[in-house]
Amino acid sequence: MLTPRLALQSLRNRLLATTLTVLSIAFSVALLVGIENIRNGLRESFTGTISGVDLIVGPRSSSVQLLLYSVFGMGSPTGNISWETYTHFRDHPAVAWTIPYSLGDNHRGFRVIGTTDAFYEHFRYREGRSIAFREGGPASTDHDVVVGSEVADRLEYALGDEIVVTHGMGAAGIMDHDDAPFRITGVLERTGTPVDRALYVTLGGIEAMHAGWEGGVPPMPSFAPPPEDENEAGEADDGAAAPGTRANEPPPASVEPAQITSFFVGTPTRFEMLGLQREVNDFQQEPLTALLPGIALAEMWRTVGYAEDGLRIVSFFVVIVGLLGMLVSLYTALDARRREMSIFRAIGAGPGRIVSLLVVESGFLAAAGALLGVLLVYGGILLSQGAVEERFGLLIPLRPLGTLELGYLAAVVVAGFIIGLVPAIKAYRTTLTDGLSPRS
Amino acid sequence: MSLEASAQHPAVRIENLVFSYRKREPVLDIEVLEVPAGERVFLHGASGSGKTTLLGLLTGVLSAEQGVVRVLGTDLTSLSGSRRDAFRGERLGYIFQMFNLIPYLTALDNIILPCQVSSSRRARVRGPLEDEARRIAARLEITSLLDSRPGELSVGQQQRVAAARALIGRPQLVVADEPTSALDSDRRDLFLDLLFDSCREAGATLLFVSHDRSLEDRFDRSLSLSDVNRALVKAT
Repeated sequence: MLTPRLALQSLRNRLLATTLTVLSIAFSVALLVGIENIRNGLRESFTGTISGVDLIVGPRSSSVQLLLYSVFGMGSPTGNISWETYTHFRDHPAVAWTIPYSLGDNHRGFRVIGTTDAFYEHFRYREGRSIAFREGGPASTDHDVVVGSEVADRLEYALGDEIVVTHGMGAAGIMDHDDAPFRITGVLERTGTPVDRALYVTLGGIEAMHAGWEGGVPPMPSFAPPPEDENEAGEADDGAAAPGTRANEPPPASVEPAQITSFFVGTPTRFEMLGLQREVNDFQQEPLTALLPGIALAEMWRTVGYAEDGLRIVSFFVVIVGLLGMLVSLYTALDARRREMSIFRAIGAGPGRIVSLLVVESGFLAAAGALLGVLLVYGGILLSQGAVEERFGLLIPLRPLGTLELGYLAAVVVAGFIIGLVPAIKAYRTTLTDGLSPRS
Repeated sequence: MSLEASAQHPAVRIENLVFSYRKREPVLDIEVLEVPAGERVFLHGASGSGKTTLLGLLTGVLSAEQGVVRVLGTDLTSLSGSRRDAFRGERLGYIFQMFNLIPYLTALDNIILPCQVSSSRRARVRGPLEDEARRIAARLEITSLLDSRPGELSVGQQQRVAAARALIGRPQLVVADEPTSALDSDRRDLFLDLLFDSCREAGATLLFVSHDRSLEDRFDRSLSLSDVNRALVKAT
């Protein structure tokens, strides 16, 4: 084929302009495809915050609120669920397992969650990954705490460190549970989810902290602790040498908690899920809300995900600018190439051939740009995948091009051909009027 | 065979030609203009006498609305645009004043280009195309330049490559539009010698257009466009 060969040789002759044009198209395509990939990664990471959990149950509230405080660690619980209600559903025949959550305390701004071993066993995120330990193991006694990876990294905690938990959900707690410190027995692997920013204790640990508290207020002695008191307590601890054998230790063995904040439910089959949700929502003894996390997350993504449309529009315009850049470069080169067109005319090339030469050139530029752009994205993902997951907890999966991206790419190549028509038609007209001698 | 048939015709015969660009005043109005086959004809005319337009009509790039433009026995006015393009590609050779070559092709690729654009011109070459190109190049003394790109060649060398390109595939009519205007007199004479020899060997009629009448004596025949173009008389 003569025309493609000539087009290639002509492009190679103008290597710098060709390279720049291909690069500008490649970058705009890379932006488009890259944004699509990041968008996907974001959505998967968001909707993958929790998985394998069939129902989330909490006191009657909006499902968004329940989702926010139980899964994302944002906002405050609206109330509590009595232990009786929890055990009722825990022992329900349609329930395979439950993960109870007891919220309400924090450690230097990070949430402290009281839960059971079921959390380590059943909690899943991002397509069924389970909780893993970087060091140590689950909290086994009521004085053990497991910290999320971000907590450990930011506060530079190691196994065996003792920490004090503050009452309330805010960072600046006014009431420290310094009468009941915890010892770190485990550090979790990074998950890229809110799990990284939480600390996990036993339900008994939560109860122990609040032992003697009435109506959210600690018992009088520690209510307004003067420095002397604190020292005394410290001395007492020092005397006891090892944590866990403190003098003022509350009764060991798990204290049966009176209430929890919410719980996650796994059902044996999906079929039971909907029935159970209805049963929870209609529960007479206590007003409850049960939500299906998959659906609730998807709904929530739709409301927060509108920003992605903005990104998409921006990248769409970037592609248009890239194509316009190609038009400009082809068009400006055209004037210099009028003599070339005359030569082709003189040796018998019809206007159609000249048009096709220019159109093939621009189509080739667009196709090369699109291909390079895709390679840039995949290369970029391959190279930065690890670092991005490490830094931002965002896994951008290497996935085949979706139909949307393929559509974009096809549109870019087609637009390349069409844009080639603009200078080609001008060339066609000038070759007709120029005759064989371009008027310069 | 069209070769023998056309030998009986004049290479060019124009009758009652009137041409104007887009319904404006005619720029060409020629009663009769004839270029006999096999001759070297010098066509001169001052700038503005319609040379460029006449060449456009003779090569079929432009089409006249009135009259007959018969080239190598074929009336171009009766052909469609694409047929005229095909005719030009197959049977004519054309040399520009300058900038004759595609800058991104080697001299050799430039020479064989007409035979790649027109398959019927390729069919007029017996044997490998490159051998034919080298044979013509040897005649024009540019064999050592065949792998060079136009940018590496002097203007005189470029014009010889252009002549080789015009001559490949045995065209019966070679039209040269002031091909020597950028050459000094020594190179001009050398170029004309080589061009004449090559045309004679190829059996091609040469229509050489120039405003430089000092070259006139070297041709078999001289025509003045200023004399035959009645549009000029009317305009002035």
